[in-house]
Amino acid sequence: MATIAENIQPATLSNEEVLRYSRHLIMPEVGMEGQLKLKAAKVLCIGAGGLGSPLALYLAAAGVGTLGMVDFDVVDFTNLQRQIIHSTEDVGRKKLDSAEESIRGINPFVDVRRFETRLTSDNALEIFRDFDVVVDGTDNFPTRYLVNDACVLAGKPNVYGSIFRFEGQASVLATKDGPCYRCWYPEPPPPGLVPSCAEGGVLGILPGLVGVIQATETVKLILGTGEPLIGRVLLVDALGMRFRELKLRKDPDCPVCGTHPTITKLIDYQQFCGISGEEAPVTTKVPEIQPEELKQRLDAGEDIFILDVREPHEYQICNLNGYLIPLGDLPKRVNQLDSSREIVAHCRSGVRSAKAVEFLRQAGFHKVKNLVGGVLAWSDRIDPKMPKY
Amino acid sequence: MKILIPTPLRQYAAKKDTVEVPAKTVGEALSSLTSQYSDLRRHLYTDDGKLRAFVNVYLNDEDIRYLQKENTPVREGDTLSIVPSIAGGCCCCPR
Repeated sequence: MATIAENIQPATLSNEEVLRYSRHLIMPEVGMEGQLKLKAAKVLCIGAGGLGSPLALYLAAAGVGTLGMVDFDVVDFTNLQRQIIHSTEDVGRKKLDSAEESIRGINPFVDVRRFETRLTSDNALEIFRDFDVVVDGTDNFPTRYLVNDACVLAGKPNVYGSIFRFEGQASVLATKDGPCYRCWYPEPPPPGLVPSCAEGGVLGILPGLVGVIQATETVKLILGTGEPLIGRVLLVDALGMRFRELKLRKDPDCPVCGTHPTITKLIDYQQFCGISGEEAPVTTKVPEIQPEELKQRLDAGEDIFILDVREPHEYQICNLNGYLIPLGDLPKRVNQLDSSREIVAHCRSGVRSAKAVEFLRQAGFHKVKNLVGGVLAWSDRIDPKMPKY
Repeated sequence: MKILIPTPLRQYAAKKDTVEVPAKTVGEALSSLTSQYSDLRRHLYTDDGKLRAFVNVYLNDEDIRYLQKENTPVREGDTLSIVPSIAGGCCCCPR
Protein backbone atom coordinates (compact mmCIF):
# COMPACT_ATOMS: atom_id res chain seq x y z
CA MET A 1 0.00 0.00 0.00
CA ALA A 2 1.70 3.18 -1.14
CA THR A 3 1.74 6.03 1.31
CA ILE A 4 4.36 8.56 0.34
CA ALA A 5 5.43 7.22 -3.06
CA GLU A 6 3.06 9.51 -4.92
CA ASN A 7 4.48 12.66 -3.34
CA ILE A 8 8.05 12.16 -4.47
CA GLN A 9 9.56 13.88 -7.52
CA PRO A 10 12.19 11.51 -8.97
CA ALA A 11 15.67 12.87 -9.68
CA THR A 12 18.25 11.23 -11.99
CA LEU A 13 21.08 8.74 -11.45
CA SER A 14 24.66 9.24 -12.59
CA ASN A 15 26.59 6.32 -14.13
CA GLU A 16 28.40 5.94 -10.84
CA GLU A 17 25.13 5.65 -8.96
CA VAL A 18 23.78 3.13 -11.49
CA LEU A 19 26.78 0.91 -10.83
CA ARG A 20 26.52 1.41 -7.07
CA TYR A 21 22.88 0.44 -6.96
CA SER A 22 23.00 -2.22 -9.66
CA ARG A 23 21.74 -4.94 -7.33
CA HIS A 24 18.64 -2.82 -6.70
CA LEU A 25 18.19 -1.83 -10.32
CA ILE A 26 18.11 -5.39 -11.60
CA MET A 27 15.28 -6.25 -9.22
CA PRO A 28 11.79 -5.56 -10.57
CA GLU A 29 10.65 -4.68 -7.04
CA VAL A 30 13.02 -1.70 -7.07
CA GLY A 31 14.31 -0.95 -10.57
CA MET A 32 15.27 2.47 -11.84
CA GLU A 33 11.94 3.92 -10.81
CA GLY A 34 12.34 2.68 -7.23
CA GLN A 35 15.94 3.81 -6.94
CA LEU A 36 14.97 7.29 -8.10
CA LYS A 37 12.29 7.35 -5.41
CA LEU A 38 14.89 6.42 -2.82
CA LYS A 39 17.18 9.16 -4.05
CA ALA A 40 14.45 11.77 -3.87
CA ALA A 41 13.30 10.65 -0.43
CA LYS A 42 14.03 12.54 2.76
CA VAL A 43 14.11 10.45 5.93
CA LEU A 44 14.52 11.83 9.44
CA CYS A 45 16.23 9.51 11.93
CA ILE A 46 15.60 10.46 15.53
CA GLY A 47 18.57 9.22 17.49
CA ALA A 48 22.00 8.06 16.34
CA GLY A 49 22.23 5.35 18.96
CA GLY A 50 21.29 1.69 19.14
CA LEU A 51 18.39 1.77 16.71
CA GLY A 52 19.63 4.77 14.74
CA SER A 53 22.98 3.13 13.94
CA PRO A 54 21.90 0.21 11.75
CA LEU A 55 18.99 2.26 10.45
CA ALA A 56 21.09 5.14 9.16
CA LEU A 57 23.79 2.82 7.76
CA TYR A 58 21.31 0.73 5.78
CA LEU A 59 19.31 3.71 4.55
CA ALA A 60 22.55 5.30 3.37
CA ALA A 61 23.57 2.09 1.64
CA ALA A 62 20.16 1.85 -0.01
CA GLY A 63 20.60 5.29 -1.54
CA VAL A 64 18.14 7.42 0.43
CA GLY A 65 18.94 10.88 -0.89
CA THR A 66 18.56 12.91 2.29
CA LEU A 67 19.08 11.63 5.83
CA GLY A 68 18.25 13.93 8.68
CA MET A 69 19.85 12.93 11.99
CA VAL A 70 18.69 14.24 15.35
CA ASP A 71 21.04 13.68 18.29
CA PHE A 72 22.65 15.92 20.90
CA ASP A 73 24.72 13.28 22.63
CA VAL A 74 28.38 12.32 22.69
CA VAL A 75 29.76 8.82 22.00
CA ASP A 76 30.34 6.93 25.24
CA PHE A 77 32.52 3.85 25.64
CA THR A 78 29.53 1.78 26.72
CA ASN A 79 27.75 2.66 23.47
CA LEU A 80 30.17 0.60 21.37
CA GLN A 81 28.55 -2.69 22.42
CA ARG A 82 25.66 -1.90 20.06
CA GLN A 83 25.89 1.51 18.38
CA ILE A 84 27.79 0.30 15.36
CA ILE A 85 27.77 3.58 13.47
CA HIS A 86 30.40 4.74 15.99
CA SER A 87 33.85 3.23 16.42
CA THR A 88 36.33 3.14 19.29
CA GLU A 89 38.19 6.24 18.17
CA ASP A 90 34.90 8.17 18.15
CA VAL A 91 34.52 7.96 21.94
CA GLY A 92 34.14 11.51 23.19
CA ARG A 93 33.07 12.87 19.81
CA LYS A 94 29.60 14.19 19.05
CA LYS A 95 27.41 11.37 17.80
CA LEU A 96 26.35 13.48 14.85
CA ASP A 97 29.97 13.98 13.75
CA SER A 98 30.70 10.30 14.01
CA ALA A 99 27.43 9.26 12.34
CA GLU A 100 27.84 11.69 9.47
CA GLU A 101 31.33 10.39 8.82
CA SER A 102 30.16 6.76 8.77
CA ILE A 103 27.25 7.58 6.49
CA ARG A 104 29.46 9.46 4.03
CA GLY A 105 31.96 6.64 4.13
CA ILE A 106 29.31 4.22 2.97
CA ASN A 107 27.63 6.54 0.54
CA PRO A 108 28.96 10.01 -0.31
CA PHE A 109 25.84 10.68 -2.37
CA VAL A 110 23.71 11.01 0.78
CA ASP A 111 22.89 14.54 1.90
CA VAL A 112 23.16 14.46 5.71
CA ARG A 113 21.17 17.12 7.54
CA ARG A 114 22.22 17.53 11.15
CA PHE A 115 20.00 18.54 14.04
CA GLU A 116 22.22 18.77 17.07
CA THR A 117 19.43 19.40 19.50
CA ARG A 118 17.05 17.71 21.84
CA LEU A 119 13.73 17.19 20.10
CA THR A 120 11.10 19.31 21.89
CA SER A 121 7.55 20.54 21.45
CA ASP A 122 9.04 23.82 20.28
CA ASN A 123 11.13 22.46 17.43
CA ALA A 124 9.62 19.12 16.37
CA LEU A 125 7.09 20.30 13.83
CA GLU A 126 9.60 22.66 12.23
CA ILE A 127 12.22 19.90 11.98
CA PHE A 128 9.74 17.33 10.64
CA ARG A 129 8.35 19.63 7.98
CA ASP A 130 10.88 18.96 5.21
CA PHE A 131 10.97 15.19 5.59
CA ASP A 132 8.82 12.44 4.10
CA VAL A 133 9.23 9.77 6.79
CA VAL A 134 10.25 9.92 10.44
CA VAL A 135 11.98 6.97 12.06
CA ASP A 136 11.83 6.85 15.83
CA GLY A 137 14.97 5.43 17.43
CA THR A 138 14.67 7.08 20.81
CA ASP A 139 14.97 5.62 24.28
CA ASN A 140 12.41 7.34 26.49
CA PHE A 141 8.65 7.69 26.74
CA PRO A 142 8.26 11.47 26.59
CA THR A 143 10.07 11.57 23.23
CA ARG A 144 8.05 8.61 21.94
CA TYR A 145 4.82 10.46 22.57
CA LEU A 146 6.25 13.72 21.21
CA VAL A 147 7.38 12.04 17.98
CA ASN A 148 4.04 10.32 17.60
CA ASP A 149 1.96 13.43 18.09
CA ALA A 150 4.23 15.53 15.86
CA CYS A 151 4.02 12.90 13.11
CA VAL A 152 0.24 12.86 13.23
CA LEU A 153 0.00 16.64 13.28
CA ALA A 154 2.58 17.02 10.49
CA GLY A 155 1.15 14.15 8.42
CA LYS A 156 4.37 12.08 8.40
CA PRO A 157 4.48 8.31 8.90
CA ASN A 158 6.29 7.22 12.05
CA VAL A 159 8.40 4.09 11.55
CA TYR A 160 8.46 2.88 15.14
CA GLY A 161 10.88 0.51 16.80
CA SER A 162 11.66 -0.08 20.44
CA ILE A 163 13.65 -2.54 22.48
CA PHE A 164 14.09 -3.83 26.00
CA ARG A 165 16.82 -6.32 26.96
CA PHE A 166 16.23 -8.94 24.29
CA GLU A 167 12.71 -8.11 23.09
CA GLY A 168 11.65 -5.59 20.52
CA GLN A 169 8.61 -4.09 18.86
CA ALA A 170 8.23 -2.58 15.40
CA SER A 171 5.35 -0.99 13.56
CA VAL A 172 4.48 1.79 11.12
CA LEU A 173 2.35 4.35 12.89
CA ALA A 174 0.71 7.68 12.15
CA THR A 175 -0.22 6.96 8.55
CA LYS A 176 -3.40 8.61 7.33
CA ASP A 177 -5.67 5.61 7.80
CA GLY A 178 -3.60 3.67 10.28
CA PRO A 179 -3.23 3.76 14.07
CA CYS A 180 -0.81 5.93 15.98
CA TYR A 181 1.13 5.25 19.19
CA ARG A 182 -1.65 6.63 21.37
CA CYS A 183 -4.18 4.24 19.74
CA TRP A 184 -1.90 1.51 20.99
CA TYR A 185 -0.78 2.86 24.36
CA PRO A 186 -3.00 5.78 25.43
CA GLU A 187 -0.86 6.44 28.49
CA PRO A 188 2.79 6.06 29.42
CA PRO A 189 3.92 4.12 32.48
CA PRO A 190 4.42 6.35 35.51
CA PRO A 191 8.09 6.68 36.42
CA GLY A 192 9.12 4.36 39.23
CA LEU A 193 6.76 1.58 38.21
CA VAL A 194 8.93 0.11 35.47
CA PRO A 195 11.68 -2.42 36.26
CA SER A 196 14.90 -1.29 37.87
CA CYS A 197 18.12 -0.56 36.02
CA ALA A 198 19.53 -3.83 37.30
CA GLU A 199 17.02 -5.68 35.23
CA GLY A 200 17.84 -3.48 32.26
CA GLY A 201 20.85 -3.81 30.05
CA VAL A 202 20.33 -4.77 26.43
CA LEU A 203 21.58 -7.53 24.15
CA GLY A 204 23.84 -5.59 21.80
CA ILE A 205 22.53 -7.22 18.66
CA LEU A 206 18.90 -6.49 19.44
CA PRO A 207 18.76 -2.89 18.22
CA GLY A 208 20.55 -4.20 15.15
CA LEU A 209 17.67 -6.57 14.45
CA VAL A 210 14.94 -4.03 15.15
CA GLY A 211 16.75 -1.08 13.52
CA VAL A 212 17.08 -2.99 10.26
CA ILE A 213 13.39 -3.89 10.42
CA GLN A 214 12.74 -0.14 10.69
CA ALA A 215 15.05 0.51 7.74
CA THR A 216 13.19 -2.15 5.75
CA GLU A 217 9.82 -0.59 6.51
CA THR A 218 11.16 2.85 5.57
CA VAL A 219 12.39 1.58 2.20
CA LYS A 220 9.05 -0.11 1.57
CA LEU A 221 7.15 3.08 2.31
CA ILE A 222 9.37 5.03 -0.06
CA LEU A 223 9.06 2.46 -2.82
CA GLY A 224 5.37 1.93 -2.23
CA THR A 225 5.92 -1.81 -2.31
CA GLY A 226 5.37 -4.85 -0.12
CA GLU A 227 3.13 -4.80 2.92
CA PRO A 228 4.25 -2.30 5.57
CA LEU A 229 3.56 -2.91 9.25
CA ILE A 230 0.55 -0.62 9.22
CA GLY A 231 -2.11 -1.84 11.62
CA ARG A 232 0.31 -4.54 12.76
CA VAL A 233 2.94 -4.86 15.45
CA LEU A 234 5.89 -7.17 15.04
CA LEU A 235 7.12 -8.54 18.37
CA VAL A 236 10.67 -9.80 18.31
CA ASP A 237 12.01 -12.24 20.90
CA ALA A 238 15.71 -12.51 20.19
CA LEU A 239 16.39 -15.25 22.73
CA GLY A 240 13.70 -17.56 21.38
CA MET A 241 14.23 -16.15 17.85
CA ARG A 242 10.48 -15.89 17.59
CA PHE A 243 8.61 -13.25 15.65
CA ARG A 244 4.96 -12.71 16.42
CA GLU A 245 2.44 -10.38 14.96
CA LEU A 246 -0.35 -8.58 16.76
CA LYS A 247 -3.17 -6.56 15.24
CA LEU A 248 -3.11 -2.85 15.93
CA ARG A 249 -6.34 -0.96 15.41
CA LYS A 250 -6.91 2.72 14.81
CA ASP A 251 -8.92 4.09 17.71
CA PRO A 252 -11.70 6.38 16.51
CA ASP A 253 -11.57 8.04 19.95
CA CYS A 254 -7.81 8.63 19.84
CA PRO A 255 -7.17 12.15 21.12
CA VAL A 256 -4.63 12.90 18.43
CA CYS A 257 -5.55 10.87 15.32
CA GLY A 258 -9.20 9.99 15.97
CA THR A 259 -12.30 11.43 14.37
CA HIS A 260 -12.59 14.20 16.97
CA PRO A 261 -9.05 14.99 18.07
CA THR A 262 -8.61 16.96 21.27
CA ILE A 263 -4.86 17.30 20.92
CA THR A 264 -4.19 19.73 18.11
CA LYS A 265 -0.82 20.99 19.21
CA LEU A 266 2.21 19.54 20.96
CA ILE A 267 2.05 19.39 24.76
CA ASP A 268 4.49 19.14 27.65
CA TYR A 269 5.53 15.49 27.33
CA GLN A 270 7.64 15.40 30.48
CA GLN A 271 4.55 16.38 32.40
CA PHE A 272 2.42 13.89 30.46
CA CYS A 273 4.83 11.14 31.51
CA GLY A 274 4.75 12.29 35.11
CA ILE A 275 8.35 13.39 35.22
CA SER A 276 8.99 16.46 37.35
CA GLY A 277 11.21 19.30 36.16
CA GLU A 278 14.29 18.61 38.26
CA GLU A 279 16.26 15.38 37.97
CA ALA A 280 15.11 14.28 41.40
CA PRO A 281 15.62 10.75 42.69
CA VAL A 282 12.39 8.85 43.12
CA THR A 283 12.72 8.83 46.92
CA THR A 284 13.06 11.77 49.29
CA LYS A 285 16.49 12.71 50.59
CA VAL A 286 17.94 10.00 52.82
CA PRO A 287 20.97 10.03 55.16
CA GLU A 288 24.13 9.72 53.09
CA ILE A 289 27.77 8.93 53.45
CA GLN A 290 30.49 9.88 50.99
CA PRO A 291 32.91 7.19 49.75
CA GLU A 292 35.88 8.95 51.39
CA GLU A 293 34.27 8.89 54.80
CA LEU A 294 33.28 5.24 54.49
CA LYS A 295 36.81 4.30 53.46
CA GLN A 296 38.30 6.21 56.35
CA ARG A 297 35.99 4.62 58.89
CA LEU A 298 36.48 1.10 57.53
CA ASP A 299 40.25 1.57 57.61
CA ALA A 300 39.95 2.71 61.24
CA GLY A 301 38.33 -0.63 62.02
CA GLU A 302 34.84 0.65 62.73
CA ASP A 303 32.05 -1.91 62.75
CA ILE A 304 30.01 -0.98 59.68
CA PHE A 305 27.68 -3.42 57.96
CA ILE A 306 27.85 -3.00 54.19
CA LEU A 307 24.58 -3.88 52.53
CA ASP A 308 24.75 -4.41 48.76
CA VAL A 309 21.32 -4.13 47.13
CA ARG A 310 22.39 -4.99 43.59
CA GLU A 311 21.72 -8.21 41.69
CA PRO A 312 23.93 -11.33 41.99
CA HIS A 313 25.38 -10.92 38.50
CA GLU A 314 26.48 -7.40 39.38
CA TYR A 315 28.17 -8.65 42.55
CA GLN A 316 30.29 -10.87 40.34
CA ILE A 317 31.55 -7.87 38.35
CA CYS A 318 32.84 -6.06 41.41
CA ASN A 319 31.86 -5.63 45.04
CA LEU A 320 32.79 -4.05 48.36
CA ASN A 321 32.49 -7.38 50.18
CA GLY A 322 29.03 -6.33 51.17
CA TYR A 323 26.15 -8.56 52.26
CA LEU A 324 24.01 -9.03 49.17
CA ILE A 325 20.26 -8.56 49.38
CA PRO A 326 18.87 -7.46 45.99
CA LEU A 327 16.53 -4.51 46.40
CA GLY A 328 13.51 -6.53 45.28
CA ASP A 329 14.17 -9.09 48.03
CA LEU A 330 14.67 -6.59 50.81
CA PRO A 331 11.12 -6.67 52.20
CA LYS A 332 11.29 -10.46 52.53
CA ARG A 333 14.78 -10.53 54.02
CA VAL A 334 14.80 -7.45 56.21
CA ASN A 335 14.84 -9.70 59.30
CA GLN A 336 18.35 -10.76 58.32
CA LEU A 337 19.52 -7.26 59.17
CA ASP A 338 20.42 -6.03 62.63
CA SER A 339 19.00 -2.57 63.24
CA SER A 340 21.38 -2.00 66.14
CA ARG A 341 24.35 -1.98 63.79
CA GLU A 342 25.42 0.87 61.59
CA ILE A 343 24.46 -0.04 58.02
CA VAL A 344 25.71 1.52 54.80
CA ALA A 345 23.65 0.51 51.78
CA HIS A 346 25.10 0.73 48.28
CA CYS A 347 24.30 -0.17 44.70
CA ARG A 348 25.86 0.76 41.37
CA SER A 349 25.16 4.47 41.30
CA GLY A 350 23.34 5.25 44.54
CA VAL A 351 19.78 5.29 43.26
CA ARG A 352 18.56 1.83 44.24
CA SER A 353 20.37 2.03 47.56
CA ALA A 354 18.60 5.32 48.31
CA LYS A 355 15.32 3.44 47.94
CA ALA A 356 16.67 0.71 50.21
CA VAL A 357 17.59 3.24 52.89
CA GLU A 358 14.15 4.85 52.62
CA PHE A 359 12.53 1.44 53.02
CA LEU A 360 14.70 0.50 56.00
CA ARG A 361 14.07 3.80 57.78
CA GLN A 362 10.35 3.24 57.43
CA ALA A 363 10.88 -0.25 58.82
CA GLY A 364 12.44 1.27 61.94
CA PHE A 365 16.15 1.25 61.10
CA HIS A 366 17.73 4.46 62.38
CA LYS A 367 21.40 3.81 61.71
CA VAL A 368 21.30 3.34 57.96
CA LYS A 369 22.94 5.53 55.32
CA ASN A 370 23.21 5.57 51.55
CA LEU A 371 26.64 5.43 49.90
CA VAL A 372 26.62 8.42 47.56
CA GLY A 373 27.44 7.42 43.98
CA GLY A 374 27.67 3.68 44.70
CA VAL A 375 30.44 1.50 43.27
CA LEU A 376 30.87 3.94 40.40
CA ALA A 377 31.92 6.69 42.79
CA TRP A 378 34.03 4.19 44.76
CA SER A 379 35.89 3.32 41.58
CA ASP A 380 36.34 6.97 40.62
CA ARG A 381 37.46 8.27 43.98
CA ILE A 382 38.73 5.42 46.16
CA ASP A 383 39.80 2.38 44.19
CA PRO A 384 40.48 2.92 40.47
CA LYS A 385 41.17 -0.81 40.10
CA MET A 386 37.48 -1.47 40.63
CA PRO A 387 35.87 -1.88 37.20
CA LYS A 388 33.00 0.38 36.22
CA TYR A 389 30.06 -0.98 34.31
CA MET B 1 -4.60 -21.50 28.67
CA LYS B 2 -1.14 -20.12 28.14
CA ILE B 3 -0.23 -16.63 29.29
CA LEU B 4 2.94 -15.16 27.82
CA ILE B 5 4.81 -13.00 30.32
CA PRO B 6 6.85 -10.17 28.82
CA THR B 7 10.46 -9.61 29.89
CA PRO B 8 9.88 -6.55 32.12
CA LEU B 9 7.36 -8.50 34.22
CA ARG B 10 9.10 -11.86 34.51
CA GLN B 11 10.86 -10.84 37.72
CA TYR B 12 7.41 -10.72 39.35
CA ALA B 13 6.37 -14.13 38.01
CA ALA B 14 9.20 -16.25 39.36
CA LYS B 15 11.17 -15.50 36.17
CA LYS B 16 8.76 -17.51 34.04
CA ASP B 17 8.09 -16.55 30.42
CA THR B 18 4.90 -18.63 30.22
CA VAL B 19 2.27 -19.51 32.81
CA GLU B 20 -0.53 -22.04 32.32
CA VAL B 21 -3.84 -21.29 33.99
CA PRO B 22 -7.35 -22.76 33.74
CA ALA B 23 -9.83 -20.11 32.61
CA LYS B 24 -13.01 -19.51 30.71
CA THR B 25 -12.53 -15.77 30.20
CA VAL B 26 -9.64 -13.38 29.91
CA GLY B 27 -10.55 -11.90 33.29
CA GLU B 28 -10.42 -15.31 34.94
CA ALA B 29 -7.05 -16.02 33.40
CA LEU B 30 -5.56 -12.75 34.65
CA SER B 31 -7.12 -13.23 38.05
CA SER B 32 -5.62 -16.67 38.31
CA LEU B 33 -2.26 -15.27 37.26
CA THR B 34 -2.25 -12.50 39.83
CA SER B 35 -3.40 -14.87 42.58
CA GLN B 36 -0.41 -17.07 41.85
CA TYR B 37 1.97 -14.13 41.52
CA SER B 38 0.64 -11.35 43.69
CA ASP B 39 3.51 -8.97 42.85
CA LEU B 40 2.19 -8.85 39.30
CA ARG B 41 -1.05 -7.30 40.42
CA ARG B 42 0.19 -3.75 40.93
CA HIS B 43 2.03 -3.84 37.63
CA LEU B 44 -1.04 -4.93 35.71
CA TYR B 45 -3.80 -3.17 37.62
CA THR B 46 -4.39 0.27 39.12
CA ASP B 47 -5.53 0.60 42.72
CA ASP B 48 -9.14 0.62 41.60
CA GLY B 49 -8.84 -2.64 39.72
CA LYS B 50 -8.50 -1.41 36.14
CA LEU B 51 -5.95 -2.78 33.68
CA ARG B 52 -3.15 -0.24 33.32
CA ALA B 53 -3.21 1.80 30.11
CA PHE B 54 0.44 1.07 29.28
CA VAL B 55 -0.13 -2.68 29.37
CA ASN B 56 -2.08 -4.26 26.55
CA VAL B 57 -3.53 -7.74 26.63
CA TYR B 58 -4.00 -9.76 23.46
CA LEU B 59 -6.04 -12.90 22.99
CA ASN B 60 -4.00 -14.60 20.29
CA ASP B 61 -3.35 -11.59 18.03
CA GLU B 62 -6.32 -9.41 18.93
CA ASP B 63 -6.31 -6.61 21.52
CA ILE B 64 -9.00 -7.44 24.14
CA ARG B 65 -10.12 -3.79 24.14
CA TYR B 66 -11.61 -4.57 20.74
CA LEU B 67 -13.16 -7.83 21.90
CA GLN B 68 -15.13 -8.06 25.13
CA LYS B 69 -12.25 -6.90 27.29
CA GLU B 70 -11.98 -9.06 30.40
CA ASN B 71 -15.23 -10.80 29.59
CA THR B 72 -13.79 -12.19 26.37
CA PRO B 73 -14.29 -15.95 26.37
CA VAL B 74 -11.23 -18.12 25.86
CA ARG B 75 -10.90 -21.56 24.32
CA GLU B 76 -8.50 -24.44 24.68
CA GLY B 77 -5.30 -23.61 22.83
CA ASP B 78 -5.75 -19.83 23.06
CA THR B 79 -2.79 -17.72 24.12
CA LEU B 80 -2.93 -14.54 26.14
CA SER B 81 -0.09 -12.08 25.60
CA ILE B 82 0.72 -9.28 28.00
CA VAL B 83 2.49 -6.53 26.06
CA PRO B 84 3.66 -3.50 28.01
CA SER B 85 5.02 -0.41 26.30
CA ILE B 86 8.81 -0.36 26.15
CA ALA B 87 11.15 2.44 25.30
CA GLY B 88 14.60 0.89 25.47
CA GLY B 89 17.59 2.31 27.29
CA CYS B 90 17.20 2.89 30.97
CA CYS B 91 13.55 3.52 31.36
CA CYS B 92 13.32 4.76 34.90
CA CYS B 93 15.94 6.03 37.25
CA PRO B 94 18.56 8.45 35.95
CA ARG B 95 22.14 7.14 35.91
